[in-house]
This record gives sequence, structure tokens and C-alpha cells, in this order.
Amino acid sequence: MTTTDEPKVNSTPPAPQRPPQRPADRVFAASAKYAGVLILVILAAVAIFLLVQGWPAISTPGAELAEKVHWFGDGTSILGYVGPLVFGTILAALIALVIATPIAIGVALFISHYAPRRVASGLGYVIDLLAAIPSVVYGLWGALWLMPRLFPFTEWLTTYFGWIPLFEGPAANPARTIFTAGIVLAVMILPIITAVSREVFLQTPTLHEEAALALGATRWEMIRMAVLPFARSGIVSATMLGLGRALGETMAVAMVLSPGLMYSIFILQPGQQQNIAANIALKFPESSGLGVNVLIFTGLVLFLITLLVNMFARWIVSRRAEFSGAN
Amino acid sequence: MTSVQTPTPPDSLARVSLTAGKLPRFTPIALWVVALAVVAGLLALSGSFSIPLTVVLGTILFAVALLVLSRVVEGGRAARDRLATTLMYSAFALALIPLISLLWTVISYGVERFGPYFLTYTMRGVFGGMDAGGAYHAIVGTLEITAFATVISVPIGLLTAIYLVEYGPTRLGKAITFFVDVMTGIPSIVAGLFAYALFALIFGPGVRMGAAGSVALAVLMIPVVVRASEEMLKLVPNELREAAYALGVPKWLTIVKVVLRTAAAGIVTGVTLAIARVIGETAPLLITAGFANSVNYDLFDGRMMTLPVYVFRQYSQGLAPNGIVTINYDRAWAAALTLIIIVMLLNLIARLISRFFSPKTGRR
Repeated sequence: MTTTDEPKVNSTPPAPQRPPQRPADRVFAASAKYAGVLILVILAAVAIFLLVQGWPAISTPGAELAEKVHWFGDGTSILGYVGPLVFGTILAALIALVIATPIAIGVALFISHYAPRRVASGLGYVIDLLAAIPSVVYGLWGALWLMPRLFPFTEWLTTYFGWIPLFEGPAANPARTIFTAGIVLAVMILPIITAVSREVFLQTPTLHEEAALALGATRWEMIRMAVLPFARSGIVSATMLGLGRALGETMAVAMVLSPGLMYSIFILQPGQQQNIAANIALKFPESSGLGVNVLIFTGLVLFLITLLVNMFARWIVSRRAEFSGAN
Repeated sequence: MTSVQTPTPPDSLARVSLTAGKLPRFTPIALWVVALAVVAGLLALSGSFSIPLTVVLGTILFAVALLVLSRVVEGGRAARDRLATTLMYSAFALALIPLISLLWTVISYGVERFGPYFLTYTMRGVFGGMDAGGAYHAIVGTLEITAFATVISVPIGLLTAIYLVEYGPTRLGKAITFFVDVMTGIPSIVAGLFAYALFALIFGPGVRMGAAGSVALAVLMIPVVVRASEEMLKLVPNELREAAYALGVPKWLTIVKVVLRTAAAGIVTGVTLAIARVIGETAPLLITAGFANSVNYDLFDGRMMTLPVYVFRQYSQGLAPNGIVTINYDRAWAAALTLIIIVMLLNLIARLISRFFSPKTGRR
């Protein structure tokens, strides 16, 4: 193999140092390259296919949609249909984020700076176990275990904090509310936020930490002065990754939430909101024709939202990587 | 900050010990136990005793008591430090609650119906509250669909990782890295819609087949495989490649025989973890593969049941009208247990592979 090809390459004078290019080399290099290109093509195809299949939903007037699709409300347009869904998606994700972020940062700090060195990595693995559990099992757990146990708490919330519009009662007894869904989502995004921020906390230059301690700072002051400023952008991007996850989560919401299509901030009442992914999962099996197109269009909207959130998160990470040589 | 802590009067400087002005080491634990006891007692007196409430209120009381005590004895800064420590420990304890309760509920409810019968019978001809029905068809579907997804995604992901690592940093490579990262964030249901749209274009609308589910899972799996293999290929020392080149081995053979062989254990681990990640996906399979009651071995023909969808279907059928009323929930729990066992086995296998088959570094 080598003998046949080498003379050709050696005969070209301008690049005598170039290694010989064998046919097998070219084939292998090309296949590796096109596998990479294929990934870009797949990502583009996802967007294009969703656009093509979702287009009939935009081009058809609302009245016709309502006539042909039985679950499509009268007198709304496609944007009027997507609007509350987008609202519900963001609301559920925000509830999850508000609950999960402080706990995740606490857990990450606990593992990186508080727990004894010897058990720290084991504890990290325990938290990672949460990420390995399938979402449908979370849904089952949220619906059959968490919901009955949550009711006393939500009832207490509505009794004493009902004057805040967010917590206005009456509390639903099977708590099929977006608040419950948000808690389940929070459990699901906790491991990803924890994992990313733990990595960042561990990257804090040891010299910074030791300098703070040498100046007489307590452990908490050291964390506030050395670790948190260093990790700020990492925490933001971890939160964004969690947000992206919570926005697209389907089964937990589909199994817990009693759906409704309203711009409602009453998070303790059922039948008020719905998120895009759960809506698709529940309606898809019984849809056909234009109904499928409408659902695919809502999927496209979800895709764009998560794409923006994820690109923002990755952009922060990559921007951080450039000047992470802080030590 | 301005007043440096001077807990000892100047005249007794000679006799001061190093632990002066500090709480003894056992203080937090002792105080926590006392706080729990106090709260439990008060709740028992008022007649509303429950363990969760005791722990929550007791911990709050403990945090406040420790704050006050530490502030009096040790000063404000140390008190804030103590409070922060309490918060970190409670955050971790809080994160453990869902994990423990979830595993406990799945195992304790799941074992009721879990067994050889459940694993070897389908739902064919099972209705109402009949004391019958298993998940064999769902297990077959899950294994076949996931295997096919692996067959699709591993070559693409592995070759891409080879391109990114072995063929140097190029502009295309940077774009691929960025979009692979973006791809990790695709919601699973969107991947399902994509696969449905693709197959609807080829086979006409309303299509349901296992292969479409595999494509959807492959979309979710490719970025994970790429990231994992990329990390592993980067770990292969450059000296190995250079040694191969020096012996006149072509680049592609170097990659196949030296680089991939060295990284094999890590790559297999990464792929196994990727499989564990997608095997529990529900939403895309609900859309693409649909659901069925009997076994279907053909990926390219008709609906196929999968374990996650089985859990969802059983759950959404609710209470049965007659017979064993909670039979659907019981089956859902048993299937969830099966699923968790599969996922945990895959995780375990991945860990074992990386422990026993990865090349020894020799430096330590």
C-alpha cells in the first residue's frame, strides 16, 4: 500500500514535508468529517421539518382550525393558542428554577467545600443518581406519592399567604397544580445545576481560597469573597441549562398537571396552565391532519425557546473559558 | 470588622487557652438533638405530632438557637458562618428526600407485581381489573428500539468525535462542537416530533413504527456519545500517536488500532451511559412508536410498546372499574421498577467497564 502511493507525493516539489496521503486515509478522514457535517444537517433538518410540518397551522385561518380540530377553541388564532402554552411553559420552568437553584447551589457548595474530602465524590455520585432516573418515574412519583403529601402544605400556604395573588386559594385537593409540577421539575433539574456549579466551584484557584483564609476569613466569608465571585458566570450558565431542561420536560408535567389554557398566575389552583411539551404528549395520540400540524407548530416554538436559552448558556460558558486562566 | 475579636480580658493573657471563645465541637449536634426533642415535645402537647414537621421545625429552631448562642460566645462573623454551614447541610438533606422517597416508593410498590409472570406476559386480552398482564411486549420494544438507536448514533457520534480530536481544531470543528452542545438541550418531545415528521414524509401521515422511535432517540443520543468519546480520545497520550507515525503507520490505522483501542473502555462506558440516558425517554416514543397491547418484534411495521410508555399508559388509565381496583397503578409501579433496574444496571456496567478495562496510567 505504501509503495504505490509514495512516489506520487514525493514528486511534488513544493511540499516535500507533507506526509503521504493514502486512499484509505482520505476515505477515513472524509467519513469522519461528513459524520460531523451530518450532525449539523440533522440539527438543521429538525428545524426545517418542524417548520414545513408546522406551516399549515400558520397559513390556515383560526376559524378553519377550530372547525377541523376538535380541541382547538373557537374564536382563537394559532398565536392565541400558543400564547397561553408559552406562558405556562415559562411559569412552570420558573417555579422549578426558583426552588431548585438555591438548593442546588447549597448542595454544590456542600459537596465542594463542606463535606469531608473522602466522601465528597461519593455524595456527588448520589446526586447524579437523581439524573439517571427516567422522567416518567418522576411523573409517577409526583402524581401518586408527592401530591397527597403536598396538600397540607399548599392548604397552609393559601390560608396564611392567600392574600398574595400567586398563592390565592382554594387549594386543590389532589394538588394537580402547576406548583406541584414545578416541584417535580425542580427535583429533575437539581442534578444538572448541581453538577455544573460543583465543577465551577472546584475550579476556584486554591491560592485565592487560602489567601482569604490566611487573612482570617471564616469559611463562609472565604466562599463569599473567593468562590462565589469566581463562579458567578458558571452559576448563571448552570441555571440556564436547568431552565432549558425544565422548559422541555414532558412527562412529569403531563402526569401531574390538570391542564388549562389561561394566562393565570394562580399556581395553587388546577386547570389554569399547561406547558407545550405536555400538551403535545397528551393531544398527539388522538390527533390527525391539521391537529398534528398545530402541535408540531407548538413544538417548533418550544424548540426555538430552548435553543435560545441553551445558546445563551453555552455562550456564557465559552466566554468564561477565555479568561478562566485567572489563577 | 473594625473591632478585632478579643474575648479575653488583658490581665488574664497568660492563662488563655487556644479554644477560648469557641463553642465546643459537639455543640451543633447536641443542640440539634435538643431542638428536635423540644419541638417534638411541644407538638405532642398540642396533639399534632408528625416526624416531618418535627424535623423541619426542629432544624429551624436549631439554626436560630445556634445563631444566637454563637453570636453571644463567638461573635457575629462566626455566627454567620455557623448559619451558612447549617444551610448547606440542610440543602443537601433536602436534596436527598426526593431521591430516597422515590427509590423507596418505587421498590415497595413495585415488588408487589414484579416477578417472572410480569416479565414474560403481555397485555393481550387483559381488560378491566383483571389480575393479569405483564410488560414483556414493552421490554422487547424498549430493548429493540434502544439497540437500533445505538446502532444509528454510535458510528455518527464516534466518527464525529474522531474528527474533532484527531483532525485538529478547524472552523468546522468549532461549529460542530457548539452545535453538539446546543443539541444536548433539544427537548425530547421535539426530537420525537422531528422523527415523526421525517417518517410521515416517507410513509405518509399517521405513521407509527419502532424505527421512528429509534431515530428520535438517536437524535438525543448522538450529542452524548460525541461528548463522551471526545473526552476519552483527548485522554490518549500524544506519544502513542507519534510512536505509531514514526513506525510509518498510516493515520487512519493509527486511529483505529492505537487511539481507539486505548480509549475503548472509556468510549464503551460513555456509550453505556448514553443508552441509560435515553432508555427512559417517554415523550418521543409516545409520539413515534405509539402503544400496543401485544408483542411486536418488527421495528419497521406498526406500533410498538416501550417500558416508559407502558408506565404512562397504565398510569393514565387510572382506577379500574372492577376486580383489583388499583391494578393499573400496580402495573405502572412494577414497570417503573423494571425500568429503574435496567437503568441502574447500565450505570453499574458502565462503572465496572471503566474500572476494570481502562488502561493503567502507570504514573501512580
